[in-house]
Amino acid sequence: MNNTIKVGMADANVCKPPDVITTLGLGSCVGIVLYDPIMKIAGLVHVMLPDSTKIINNSNKYKFADTGIDKLIQDMEDIGALKRNLVAKIAGGAQMFSFSNNLEMMRIGDRNVEATKEKLKQLGIPILAEDTGANYGRTIEFSPETGLLTIKSFGRDLKVL
Amino acid sequence: MSDLDLNKINNMQYDVLREIGNIGAGNATTALSQMINAKVSMNVPKVELLEFKEISNMVGGEERIVVGILFTLGGDIEGMMMFMMDKVVSMHLVNILLGNTEHSKPNEQTDFSEMGLSALNEIGNIISGAYLSSLSSLTNLTITSSIPYMAIDMAGAILSVPAIEFGKIGDKALLIETEFGDMDNYVNGYFILIPTLNSYSAILKSLGL
Repeated sequence: MNNTIKVGMADANVCKPPDVITTLGLGSCVGIVLYDPIMKIAGLVHVMLPDSTKIINNSNKYKFADTGIDKLIQDMEDIGALKRNLVAKIAGGAQMFSFSNNLEMMRIGDRNVEATKEKLKQLGIPILAEDTGANYGRTIEFSPETGLLTIKSFGRDLKVL
Repeated sequence: MSDLDLNKINNMQYDVLREIGNIGAGNATTALSQMINAKVSMNVPKVELLEFKEISNMVGGEERIVVGILFTLGGDIEGMMMFMMDKVVSMHLVNILLGNTEHSKPNEQTDFSEMGLSALNEIGNIISGAYLSSLSSLTNLTITSSIPYMAIDMAGAILSVPAIEFGKIGDKALLIETEFGDMDNYVNGYFILIPTLNSYSAILKSLGL
């Protein structure tokens, strides 16, 4: 029996075949899937904010793109993944409401995506696929067996990256 | 900085916040009921301190397709107010209001016509206006509201927007949430008031707590 491992907002988890890992209803948050294709180990973190250093209360590491990715790598290494094997697929970072008067709030999705890419670049983890930005929510599911990321959105066709 | 600690809110403060939800949503429900000319009732408001991962469960799951109408608040109280309904429910509401006579072509992505969308925005405006003006007169605080921002999408995605605002100050969000519905359950949804931490202090202080 394969299980679907669910990851909530500001949370993360790891996954091995035949299980799949999912996060539901990504809005401006970003879902980052890291994958070791050789060991077939996947991890998924659902980050809400770009930068932990700009926030006073930053005890939950999974909330931020920078610390969330670091912590997820540790979690994956704990079950046998190798950092040098890792590749990434990312999704989310939408702008759900078209705020006309609040620039900072409007760009949070973009900033989450930028911070994610920056962090992955620093770590030398290549991004194999992404579905980011725009103005709609996404539910994503990753299978460490196939290495494929499935993206469901309301009123749109299923995407497989 | 605020001296309020979300984890240390006492029962008295919870009661007061619940009462605010009661009065605000009561007025909003009355406004809605007059608009659609049907009896609309509401449940006892919930004031909940939730972890981010629990937020969308509150409105029936992350993937439920909803119409969210969001207002950003300013003045003495900052934060957000959200009016949220099932998509099917809001179509029903639009049909009641427009008397089913709309012939304009539905927009492919949302299934609502332009007319329907602007009716929904107007519903949001009237209802949140009723909620906020009662809150304002109760607390004697000035509350200004933005224009309505609407999104039709998964509940989780829509709620991520206020959640992120809370994420900047902590790991939990305090919501005042009221569910409403008519007798036949054709019209139901949620009012969610999401003040910032500082605004919670301001509200409680204005009421002498």
